[in-house]
Amino acid sequence: MVSTEQFGEFETSWCPGCGNFSIVKCLKQALADMDLAPHDILVSSGIGQAAKLPHYMLCNMFNGLHGRSMPVAQGMKMALPDMPVLCVSGDGCSYGEGGNHFLAALRRNMDLTLLVHDNQIYGLTKGQASPTSSRGHVTKAQPEGSRSDGFNPVATAVAMRASFVARAFSGEQDHLVSVIKEAVNHKGFSLVDILQPCVSFNKVNTYAWYKERTYILEDHDPTDWTAAMTLSEEFGERIPLGVIYREDKPVFGHGERLAEHKYDKNDLKAVLQSYT
Amino acid sequence: MSKQSLNIVIGGAAGQGLATIGRLLSKAVVRAGYHLLVTQKYMSRVRGGHNTFAVRLGTEPLLSGTETIDVLAALNEETLDKHSEELAKNALVVAGDDLDTKDRNALRIPFKELAPKPLFYNIVVLGVLAGAIRLDISILEELLTQTFGKKGDEILQGNLDVLRKAYDWVAEQDHEFGFDGTPKAGKGRMMVNGNEAIALGALAAGCNFVSFYPMTPATSVALSLIGKGAPLGLQYEQVEDEIAAVNMALGASYAGAKALVTTSGGGFALMEEGISLAGVSETPLVCVVVQRPGPATGMATRTEQSDLNLVVYAGHGEFPRAVFAPSDPEECFYLTHRAFDLTETYQTPVFVLSDQYLADSYRDEELFDLDGLPEIAAPLLEWKEDEYKRYALTDDGVSPRLIPGYSEALVRADSHEHDESSRITENAENRTVQNSKRLRKETGLFEEVIGPDYYGEEGADVVLMSWGSTLGACLEACERIDSKKTFGVLHFKQVYPLREEQFMDYLESAGKVIAVEGNATAQFAQLVARETGFFAQDRILRFDGRAMTWEYVLKGLTEIL
Ligand SMILES: Cc1ncc(C[n+]2csc(CCOP(=O)(O)OP(=O)(O)O)c2C)c(N)n1
Ligand code: SF4
Repeated sequence: MVSTEQFGEFETSWCPGCGNFSIVKCLKQALADMDLAPHDILVSSGIGQAAKLPHYMLCNMFNGLHGRSMPVAQGMKMALPDMPVLCVSGDGCSYGEGGNHFLAALRRNMDLTLLVHDNQIYGLTKGQASPTSSRGHVTKAQPEGSRSDGFNPVATAVAMRASFVARAFSGEQDHLVSVIKEAVNHKGFSLVDILQPCVSFNKVNTYAWYKERTYILEDHDPTDWTAAMTLSEEFGERIPLGVIYREDKPVFGHGERLAEHKYDKNDLKAVLQSYT
Repeated sequence: MSKQSLNIVIGGAAGQGLATIGRLLSKAVVRAGYHLLVTQKYMSRVRGGHNTFAVRLGTEPLLSGTETIDVLAALNEETLDKHSEELAKNALVVAGDDLDTKDRNALRIPFKELAPKPLFYNIVVLGVLAGAIRLDISILEELLTQTFGKKGDEILQGNLDVLRKAYDWVAEQDHEFGFDGTPKAGKGRMMVNGNEAIALGALAAGCNFVSFYPMTPATSVALSLIGKGAPLGLQYEQVEDEIAAVNMALGASYAGAKALVTTSGGGFALMEEGISLAGVSETPLVCVVVQRPGPATGMATRTEQSDLNLVVYAGHGEFPRAVFAPSDPEECFYLTHRAFDLTETYQTPVFVLSDQYLADSYRDEELFDLDGLPEIAAPLLEWKEDEYKRYALTDDGVSPRLIPGYSEALVRADSHEHDESSRITENAENRTVQNSKRLRKETGLFEEVIGPDYYGEEGADVVLMSWGSTLGACLEACERIDSKKTFGVLHFKQVYPLREEQFMDYLESAGKVIAVEGNATAQFAQLVARETGFFAQDRILRFDGRAMTWEYVLKGLTEIL
């Protein structure tokens, strides 16, 4: 059995009280529960406070560029198709800088899990509006309030019939653990949008703000697309948590590990012959 | 017209099928045992415009394209108008009988008589051209059988009948044209263009992953790789943009794939941050950049050598790299293989820099030698020692590369500055140590540099300094120039890094050095100057979007000398 201790304890550069702490804790718990050890998984991340997560936990990792964790994760999956691949990222990273990759990944449907720490703000660059900040959200860079509508990743993913779409909250730890496990076990692309309070820069979407609004879904059928669409629009007075939508779809992939793949020289000779 | 070589130009609008005629004719020419050199010019449109497919065939190896036309096959009026100046004396014009060939030595084809449907007009032109140059018809029949055989007997027979009719029709016509070159190249040769040869070199090196976003003229590298490699297990994806392409390839490479990305200038500009990531994360990657004229969208289907600076200086921060610039398909093959060898050995990005002219230029080649290729360094799949450190300090700067998923050792790659165990750190001493470690790989790369080739007598009066696809034009110009002076060509197929001791003697002992490049600012001459302090005295530069030809070099030489 894998224990959470195997993932190590590290000093972080996160602010005391940040929602990221419980996310890394829940992730370790979920992996241990699934009996996945640090060397059993691949983690891809971008740049931002959230994206530093694999530095604060033992695992195989590729910590790459801002917004680019999804392409890296998909490359990993294509080369090591039998390994569970996780992608850890912030809302700016996934939905802003990497927005195009997010949309393409939904369509491509590889078997991997995207965990987005959605604090509705840019943390690492000190508090500018992010794609998920609501219209009117005031920051130093948006002194008159954000002039754009907030991006709704859950509704977008459901609208595109992504294979697995869930929302969780870092303040609901047991629920978060179970959602991560479900997402990793799901065959196909899984999105978990995790509401994560940024105590330093987001004075609007605080712990209290999320606590007051979020509720855990009880009898929702995630295979009902119309119901999922309606639920995914619910982000205001009430915010549903749980698996919003699930659909079994063809998964992009193959069986062979590319490190072991070698061409037969005779096959290559036949390829050359085809040019004569 | 020279008895040894013949330049057949097929011209028409996009959508008229001239590339099909050109490719079939080229293949037949190679199978007949001639040497071949194709130059394609096309416009960025799917239908219409003016395109040409020039097939130069010869009894001796051909060095470059030529501007003088011996046979002009005009699929439309515009072709006749545009190329009348380039026709050789006694050139043969082949055109439909509805076009006015202006009393030139012509074969005016009665298409309606020779073919039942316009669908077959391509084959008529092919048959007429083959008849005019007296190509053995059985070669063409076999070729058509291979090409159309899959489409059913009826379609195949239709094509064969039309071919024969057109071929025989030529024999009855009155025209003054003859070509009596005896083929000498031998049988069983390949017909490949630069991009295909890059794909083949990659496959030969074990490349099993390609991610790309389509961009002319690079797309066919990926298409050839997929076409030939996918049935053999290559994984591929056409991704959402070039940024995804490079990052996906890095993810795959980290996880054990032999990865390649391919693009042209604009796409490469988008890839730069990812190239820098390959540098700091020490992830092997071969990047093929097929140049076209810039800036920005420039001329999408034309050629230029103006992205040398972009590639040599690509990415932010400092990290080692190597850049190859093949001059022909054979070098495309061997240098791409070499690029994989270096990237796997040194775990830093390696580039193959080609251009549209070379990309689309078919040549006849000896079958590439798979047995003679060196083994390529392989990453580790097992780790039995103590703690695995992805960025362990070593004398040569190369750390043991382990693939995750095979052992309990964790493989941690990082874009930040990191210590030996991949922990993020801003420690000043560590930064110096890690950056120096990465740059130490330059010593190994430097020792492996392939020096330039020198053609001609050492200490010639005039030395042409070329790189990439311009070699043939330089050599042919030197062969043809009528001058008392002596000439030499110093040609670079690896353009970075440069190793002074491999070539300074040639430059210093030359009477005069002329840089020949397909760009407006002599980028390579400037690079040589930066690295060696030697500045070429003169330049022949072409940046009108067209390939360097021997005529262009000759004209430049005459002006300078
Ligand atoms: C190409 C690029 N642009 C900008 C940055 C600067 N940058 C780093 S993190 C970040 C935003 C982080 O916000 P988010 O992804 O929401 O993560 P958080 O820090 O809130 O967890 C930005 C803009 C960068 N590193 N790279
Ligand atoms: S800035 Fe915000 S998101 Fe970042 S660590 Fe601090 S509280 Fe967390």
